[in-house]
Amino acid sequence: MTPLLEVRNLSKFYGARIGCADVSFNLYPGEVLGIVGESGSGKSTLLNCLAGHQPPDTGEVIFDTRVEGPRDTVRMSEPERRMLGRTDWAFVHQNPRDGLRMRISAGGNVGERLMAVGARHYGQIRDAAEDWLTRVEIDTGRMDDRPSAFSGGMQQRLQIARNLVTGPRLVFMDEPTGGLDVSVQARLLDLLRGLVRRMGLSAVIVTHDLAVVRLLADRLMVMKDGHVVETGLTDQVLDDPQHAYTQLLVSSVLQV
Amino acid sequence: MIEVENLSKSFTLHNQGSAVIKVLDGAAFRVGPGECVALTGESGAGKSTVMRILYGNYLAQGGRVSIGGVDLTRAAPREILALRRETLGYVSQFLRVVPRVPTLEVVAEPLLALGVEDDAAFVRARDLLTRLRIPETLWSLSPTTFSGGEQQRVNIARGFAHGYPALLLDEPTASLDATNRDTVLTLIEEAKAAGAAIVGIFHDAEARGRVADREVDVGRFTPVAA
Amino acid sequence: MISHYNFAYLDEQTKRMIRRAILKGVAVPGYQVPFASREMPMPYGWGTGGVQVSAACLTPGDTLKVIDQGADDTTNAVSIRKFFERTAGVAVTERTAEASIIQTRHRIPEVPLTEDQILVYQVPMPEPLRFLEPRESETRKMHALEEYGLMHVKLYEDIARHGEIATAYNYPVKVEDRYVMSPSPIPKFDNPKLESPALQLFGAGREQRIYALPPHTKAVSLDFEDYPFDPSRADHPCALCGATDSYLDEVITDDAGGRMFVCSDTDYCAGRRGEDAA
Repeated sequence: MTPLLEVRNLSKFYGARIGCADVSFNLYPGEVLGIVGESGSGKSTLLNCLAGHQPPDTGEVIFDTRVEGPRDTVRMSEPERRMLGRTDWAFVHQNPRDGLRMRISAGGNVGERLMAVGARHYGQIRDAAEDWLTRVEIDTGRMDDRPSAFSGGMQQRLQIARNLVTGPRLVFMDEPTGGLDVSVQARLLDLLRGLVRRMGLSAVIVTHDLAVVRLLADRLMVMKDGHVVETGLTDQVLDDPQHAYTQLLVSSVLQV
Repeated sequence: MIEVENLSKSFTLHNQGSAVIKVLDGAAFRVGPGECVALTGESGAGKSTVMRILYGNYLAQGGRVSIGGVDLTRAAPREILALRRETLGYVSQFLRVVPRVPTLEVVAEPLLALGVEDDAAFVRARDLLTRLRIPETLWSLSPTTFSGGEQQRVNIARGFAHGYPALLLDEPTASLDATNRDTVLTLIEEAKAAGAAIVGIFHDAEARGRVADREVDVGRFTPVAA
Repeated sequence: MISHYNFAYLDEQTKRMIRRAILKGVAVPGYQVPFASREMPMPYGWGTGGVQVSAACLTPGDTLKVIDQGADDTTNAVSIRKFFERTAGVAVTERTAEASIIQTRHRIPEVPLTEDQILVYQVPMPEPLRFLEPRESETRKMHALEEYGLMHVKLYEDIARHGEIATAYNYPVKVEDRYVMSPSPIPKFDNPKLESPALQLFGAGREQRIYALPPHTKAVSLDFEDYPFDPSRADHPCALCGATDSYLDEVITDDAGGRMFVCSDTDYCAGRRGEDAA
């Protein structure tokens, strides 16, 4: 089986400081990979390099494109990479304000990616937006409201709808449940899990919340100081951590 | 179906002076299709540890664990995930679910993950919940608020939804009344009859006597203190 | 003192710089060419971009017409006309057909232009994507990569909110199937006239951009399949000349709410009334 994403020796430096160093992994279709670590561990840098938001200094990010098969996205042209960014890839930001257009209605936010790939029929765009608002449990009566009038949880669900409307195959998520109330988080996690399974999505989720990865991620990568210190099956890494840092991380979580 | 050879396990506590705790050494046993093996031994002998290694939840330090032809000590994560999806079931003592998901979906989930049609999966889930006497009024609610016994039965229903060829049962009859206990034991007998290889921990001697074909004393695998 | 002004106010080097920008704009229709906009003896918003483009195009033999909202007699139009009369000494006219260069704000003349004419637009905001994307670095990239989905998002919002595309002026067009361009704040009624035999030049002084539509360039107003572009026109005839094919201004005639609709193009209206009288 061809991996959907194949990362080889990826490194990113900020001057003398390490962003992330020598990261390699494979992600297969339908898999969800969690990346955990504390602030400054390099997980967000890694995610941004994977998603093409930042150029890595070395390494390859090989994506199995629909038409041409595996391509190194680091070396492909910017138009090609941006095209991937609005078709086969999706990026869910921690702060919905970074991923939504706050002055555009909910329907317009969802429709944007469709229009970006050439949809020019208002009625069809609206139908698709309505369908997706329903899927993320937003009342379609709110379709013409701006996201600024939405709660944090609704904004995050809208961001997800906006990202998934073009049927991407790979979703990057940066702390998707950060900043949300616990009850809202649960609803979002449930929604994400359902979508991942029904659409057969692959996802890379960066978070410092171990409960989130336990529920969403099949596999886990633990980062510290820019390096990957441990990888494995999510429940194995959390229940039988091998590296000193992972043990510390797991034992630091408050038990409820 | 399940083969354990020369298995050893220790925990290294890096943050507590790198203390090494040896738990298992030279563990070995086999379970064939249609057979149920009960793990026995004193509390702390490592029964749950063996179960967790069999499920890929704990890493083994040495030896070999083969289930359905996959060596868990060497398999890639996605091979273990595929094994868990298709071949290897596990009923733990505690139900761990995403909050807010209705009970019916929790039970149907293993079938849905296999790509079974919604209708067929929910028919199976309803059947199991009925047999385990979970009132229908609860099916649309999340099991997180259920009593301990109800959660345990939901957990069992979920574990038996798909007919796994290999099944791990950790205290499946604990905290159940006599009627439900009997139902669970019947489910285990049905699984055996269908050819499942089962490894179980049963504190309840009567239950053990009814379903287990053999016993493996995990105490035999406790490392000799150096 | 006046004799010390260089022809058309700007020095020759500056005019060359502006002409180079114009030529590049003509070569790449719809593309916004940066240029080193000069301080002009009038405030931004009064047509400094248009004035610089006109200055670079004027020759002593030209006849200049200046209109503001279609009218030759508003302060802005009169001031700019006088400015060039004094600094270039060129002939001026109010007749569209007689002009070789027409500087305009917010209108395209009703009388069809010819290949011998240049229409110079004053542009306040040249970037059609700016309303939706505040970052210049990003809008440049969007133009470069032809990522124009956002433009339709704006039209989508119009329909969602008003039931139709409510953008009535500065209605974006796609030029030769490539660049999306702001036609400056002309009414969408004028959009069909953008495909013209005349050379059309757009100057934005504060934003330091020049762009162009060469003669006979394709300029398609953006729309949806199920909400096609509609130039629309008020359903009145002009109260003065009776024209039914021109763009009308609403004029309040008294304090009692009396009003009338008249041609915004004063020369067109006057010409028709002259014909009627004749």
